[in-house]
Amino acid sequence: MLYLGLSGLIVMGQVIRVGIADLNIGRSPDVIVTLGLGSCVGVALYDKVAKIGGLAHVMLPDSKQARSGQNPAKFADTAIPLLIEKMERAGASRSRMVAKIAGGAQMFSFSDKNLQLNIGKRNVEAVKAVLAEEKIPLVAEDTGGSYGRSVELHTDSGKFVVRTVGHGIKEL
Amino acid sequence: MKEDIISKLTDAQLDALKEVGNIGAGNAATALYQMIGKKVNMSVPKAAVIPLAEVPEVLGGPEVLVAGVFLRVLGDAPGSILFVMPKDSALYLVDILMGRPVSSTQVLSELDQSALKEIGNILASSYLNALSSFTGLTFLPTVPALAVDMAGAILDVILAELGQLGDYALLIETRFQAESAHVEGHFFLIPDPGSLLVILRTLGVDSNGASN
Repeated sequence: MLYLGLSGLIVMGQVIRVGIADLNIGRSPDVIVTLGLGSCVGVALYDKVAKIGGLAHVMLPDSKQARSGQNPAKFADTAIPLLIEKMERAGASRSRMVAKIAGGAQMFSFSDKNLQLNIGKRNVEAVKAVLAEEKIPLVAEDTGGSYGRSVELHTDSGKFVVRTVGHGIKEL
Repeated sequence: MKEDIISKLTDAQLDALKEVGNIGAGNAATALYQMIGKKVNMSVPKAAVIPLAEVPEVLGGPEVLVAGVFLRVLGDAPGSILFVMPKDSALYLVDILMGRPVSSTQVLSELDQSALKEIGNILASSYLNALSSFTGLTFLPTVPALAVDMAGAILDVILAELGQLGDYALLIETRFQAESAHVEGHFFLIPDPGSLLVILRTLGVDSNGASN
């Protein structure tokens, strides 16, 4: 399948899409993509030996503050362990995994500080705390700001491409 | 279950909401006319209650460039309002508002952004007034905020704020027509958990089997 990636490169493998509050894994040369991250955080995990990657589109920090029985991919504290488990089942090793994250923006700013929607910041903090708890090193991040991001994890190289509107493209 | 009530909304109930939208649109058109001295026709082709997860699709996908005006609504049935339109439509509206030739604006200046917020404000107040006179409930809109970016990124903030409990949005599609062209905007009233029930109940269209 021919696919022009976020950075304009032709992608040889399968393109795996991750929706909002969703997660998925892939192996080289697959590319895992999630579009339009605002306050949500894209969490990419990668094992460079097995060349297996995983991507989660995390929407909220904490499943314990929500109604029970919800989709685990929605929350940082449940999505990351689930992603690790899926990658391990596919043959990845937890001890080799590294993490790259992007997103957690504040899309709207209000003059009234009481109305500030700081969910993006809370998401980033929660993701970092869960990664630390799971002992997965965070090797790169592009978080915060007030603009949206689309991200792409290349499982052949571990490259994490972040595209924005008006703030350029970054490779992490 | 709240979800059951919402998924069982009848056509009559949606018609009631659409009617609220139409009255609101009429009021907003009058307000816009007073502001810019130009006739802007507004209509509401559709009202629907949709799952939050489907909102990006309504706008044409997560990467479509849009302008979004967001404000909170306080009062008897608190919630949020998001007014989203394609970026091109936003530029077109700004040109009309500022009295410039159509399609002369490519980048939104500070003043243009204020103009867009003002449109959001006028629309929100007009719809809320209409809803208020139907329901007898009090709604107080806050000062609006604006973002121009990917649809997915703009919505995700709202989805996240509500995703903890609420799962539905009330969509009132709004069509503007001015100077022989028309642009479309999507007006979302997103009631906080519990508020949609309050609104439907006061509209006299409560489904049977309401549990709270």
